[in-house]
Amino acid sequence: MSSSSPEDLLTQAQELVADAGDARALDEVRVRYLGKKGALTGLLKQLGQLPPDQRREAGQAVNRCKQMLEASIAERQQILAVEQLNARLVAEQIDITLPGRTHEPGGLHPVNRALDRILDIFSQLGFSVATGPEVEDDYHNFEALNFPAHHPARAMHDTFYLPNGHLLRTHTSPVQIRTMKETHPPVRIVAPGRVFRADSDQTHTPQFHQVEGLLVDTDVTFADLRGLLSDFVNAFFEDQLEVRLRPSYFPFTEPSAEVDVRWTEADGTPGKWLEVLGCGMVHPNVLDNCGIDSERYTGYAFGLGVERFAMLRYRVDDLRLFFENDLNFLRQFR
Amino acid sequence: MKINYRWLKTWVDTDLDAQAVAERFTLAGLEVDECVPVAPPLDGVVVGEIIDVQPHPDADRLRVCKVAGDAQERTIVCGAPNAARGLKAPLATLGSELPGGLKIKPARLRGVASEGMLCSSPELGLGEDKSGLMELPSDAPVGQKLVDYLGLDDHVLDIDLTPNRADCLSVRGLARELAALTGTAVSGPSFKPVAAASDDSFGIELHSPADCPCYLGRVIRGVDVAAETPLWMVESLRRCGIRSLGPVVDVTNYVLLELGQPMHAFDRGKLGDTIHVRRAKAGERMILLDERDVELDPDMLLICDDNRPLAIGGVIGGLDSAVGDETRDILLESAWFNPATIVGRARRLGLATESAHRFERGVDPALQRQAMERATELILAVAGGTPGPVLEAIDTEHLPQAKAVTLRPERVNRVLGTELSAEQIGSTLKRLEMQVDIQGDAFRVLAPSARRDIEVEVDLIEEVARLTGYDNLPSRSPGGRIRLAPPPEAQVSLRTVARQLSARGFQEILTWSFVSESDLARLGLDQGAQPLANPLNRDMAVLRTSLLPGLLKTAAANFRRQHSSFRLFELGTCFLAKDGEFREPQRLSLLMTGRISDEHPSVSGRCVDFFDLKGEIEQLLRLNGVSGELRCERSNQSLLHPGQGSDLYLDDQFVGSMGQLHPSLAEEFDAPNAVFVAELTYRIRDSRLPTYQRGSRYPAVRRDIAVVVKDDAPAADLIAEIRANAGNLFEKCVIFDEYRGSGIESGHKSLAMGLILRDVSRTLRDDEVERVLDRVIDGLRQRFGAELRG
Repeated sequence: MSSSSPEDLLTQAQELVADAGDARALDEVRVRYLGKKGALTGLLKQLGQLPPDQRREAGQAVNRCKQMLEASIAERQQILAVEQLNARLVAEQIDITLPGRTHEPGGLHPVNRALDRILDIFSQLGFSVATGPEVEDDYHNFEALNFPAHHPARAMHDTFYLPNGHLLRTHTSPVQIRTMKETHPPVRIVAPGRVFRADSDQTHTPQFHQVEGLLVDTDVTFADLRGLLSDFVNAFFEDQLEVRLRPSYFPFTEPSAEVDVRWTEADGTPGKWLEVLGCGMVHPNVLDNCGIDSERYTGYAFGLGVERFAMLRYRVDDLRLFFENDLNFLRQFR
Repeated sequence: MKINYRWLKTWVDTDLDAQAVAERFTLAGLEVDECVPVAPPLDGVVVGEIIDVQPHPDADRLRVCKVAGDAQERTIVCGAPNAARGLKAPLATLGSELPGGLKIKPARLRGVASEGMLCSSPELGLGEDKSGLMELPSDAPVGQKLVDYLGLDDHVLDIDLTPNRADCLSVRGLARELAALTGTAVSGPSFKPVAAASDDSFGIELHSPADCPCYLGRVIRGVDVAAETPLWMVESLRRCGIRSLGPVVDVTNYVLLELGQPMHAFDRGKLGDTIHVRRAKAGERMILLDERDVELDPDMLLICDDNRPLAIGGVIGGLDSAVGDETRDILLESAWFNPATIVGRARRLGLATESAHRFERGVDPALQRQAMERATELILAVAGGTPGPVLEAIDTEHLPQAKAVTLRPERVNRVLGTELSAEQIGSTLKRLEMQVDIQGDAFRVLAPSARRDIEVEVDLIEEVARLTGYDNLPSRSPGGRIRLAPPPEAQVSLRTVARQLSARGFQEILTWSFVSESDLARLGLDQGAQPLANPLNRDMAVLRTSLLPGLLKTAAANFRRQHSSFRLFELGTCFLAKDGEFREPQRLSLLMTGRISDEHPSVSGRCVDFFDLKGEIEQLLRLNGVSGELRCERSNQSLLHPGQGSDLYLDDQFVGSMGQLHPSLAEEFDAPNAVFVAELTYRIRDSRLPTYQRGSRYPAVRRDIAVVVKDDAPAADLIAEIRANAGNLFEKCVIFDEYRGSGIESGHKSLAMGLILRDVSRTLRDDEVERVLDRVIDGLRQRFGAELRG
């Protein structure tokens, strides 16, 4: 076999390297020239047959060609890798404008959303949440709250009764009684919950939600109540609304007041007074009914309708929507 | 209560206009709902007089009138049947505009020129009588502006009075209030007692003096019931919302409005000689003025003669003793009834009378005589007659006594946060006609007899606050002593749960606490259902025992609105009655239906299944660190699919149920896809406080095995068995494949499981792992007959 020069072999091999289209073809070239039985490897094995004075030079020539071939292969390898990556990146291109893979999000009911905000504000003021049963007795719903039996004030509450004489609470005020009977002043609670009135028309639903607030301590005055409620209203609506208190009547508070805010409509029409809260100083009879010394302690109480606040805050114009649970409606509040 | 401004103004001298009075009342706690003009402007409408009437040449129904009242005599074509010579009626002159926007211009009617319009009362917005022209009294000055003649420059205030202010249910009461608010005096008409002109007498017997301690009567003979009530009185009544019904009733209504004393007039000719005031007897009946025959309850007070009931005291009169067209002689009644005897009675009879409204709130107990004299005076003036003496039966012991209330000025400031002086407080109360005497550091205050709401010190404090004006009282921003009261950390807040669910795609809903009995029954949830005694309707007749009926109703309503994929939840109270005990369990309901995700080219359109919902529940428990192991047992709830329903337990405590809604129910609810529901108790709120435990630093070892077991072997039981046998090296066991079909004996399934083992203190050796695995496989074989698969 006529042996080729290492330079010739190198040239041949480098041509093959340049032609190698993928890693496998490249490896074949490597094996063919640099493998155990490879052509250049073979030249090294034949060095022994050369006269000793030529061996060194010839060996150096072969090794030099081997190194150059290895370098060519490595270079080619790198090029192939880059080409491969580029091809993959092209193949992997997606339509980034397609929507994400997800499902319809949930959301909180607007009444509860408003309620959460109300409770958050009062919790910042140190009020803790108290709850009570929804089926109440006459004592807690009326009598202990200073509603005399047969008083016309009871007629203002269209009450649902159970056959055993119990009733569905008409306000969350019974929680005042339960709390004051269980604890000692200072008392600082808010009582959220569902209440019921046997009344159903465009502006009344037979169930709605109230938050009752109660603070009993020494040195609590009507001035504190005014300050609290006006701060609360402004905090809730994130606005400096004009707030006014107007005398009113609730059997369990004296003096009693309704709180009005000067409301601006969505279209900017200003100036309507809207009633948003009822409140007053806890009637001494109520404190006495709960075993609290009404000479030593004074207190204030307030009650608000959560639906009312939600309607104003989110500009909902029909109360009844809250209990229809139409997803098209509910999904607007998330 | 409706009251017109002009009437009020005859009682109190004020510069305030009607709107300003309304504002003052509202800010003093007498909320004015409305303050509206009693009539449209009516510019150019005058008192006209028909001087001559001729038939219309071309129209049978029309007549041609010559009318005086305008600058000159006018010819006016008129169709009213009562158009007649000498009639005075409102005349809309040329250029005037009527309430409907009709402009009066010269016109030709069937060829005859007409220069103006004679008006009926509805055309002027002054009444309902469409039958003809509005007839004005014959002494009405022709040409005077109608607005001036009828005093139409007036407003009606509709006041929503709170039940404590019975004293304001009259012109006089409101006048007193307005005088107190504006610092002026009441200057009402002065009344003179009317001397008896006969000695007409009869007996009055108070059989139940606690109910009625004061009853006054007076006979007036020879009353002309056909007499015309004067226009000013008719107008006053009309503006306050009361129709004219003849002179006698008009007068009693007038006095009711003026002084606040409800009165009644009987036809004397239909009565015996003694009035008995007594409670009704069981089963007693009478026919009321509204012609209804009603059965009376023993807690109702009756005004009777010797034979029969004549009226329900303070509520409504009877038909057969009422004043009618034939009446000549009348008996006037002016009485004081105990509010407790009146309250609720009218409502029970389906009535709402002005009389009952006042008596149940409390009429001034010092008013009866004055009202009687006033009514007599007015009746004589309007309808004539001969008055007898005022006959009275009074049981002073049962009449409310004036009670002095002690007021400490220091206490006023302590409650209101004010710094008012004793003098300021005293003079404020005097404006309300209160008698204020100084007694040491305190006041002894006697309220006017009409102010029956002043009972204790704080009532006077409110009066001081009211008259000072709430907006003039100090305001103090929140502060004070705060006592920290954080909720327990190991109890998951419900609002946290709500937010987590909402983040996982569940929409919160709030459904009715009331459901229909049939809805509960068809879901098998009617046990322990508590009916209402007075439901609004059948669909809302019982309290919900479960959140599921409302949840499914909501789902159905949304299916109808073309929503097919959604997730819902509700947190709320249920009501359960059992053996006389009553509970209010708090629950969480969940519902999932439709596609697992939004449609997308990259996903199959899989719908949610049992394990999606179960996964959500597990996630909720894990997310909140709820303590205890969740265990599932087949549920026998009829609303669930029998093969896909589960009762859930945490540490053997029942915490709810979940599963696929029974397909036949799903069909009833129009569900386009399978519906999965759950209802859980609030046991799911019981979390635990985390306690740090050092984890193992050594690697875990995983071994996968596949076993063939009977089809009905619960996976959870297999895992429990594996856990028991793996001992304390057990870290976790996952099931990654479940297979039935070829290669597996029928009635069997293959479960492929990954067992993960770890030791806290060292790396496990292979032989140890093998030993554990042998033990585990052996255990499965013994308990479940499991075969190791290939």
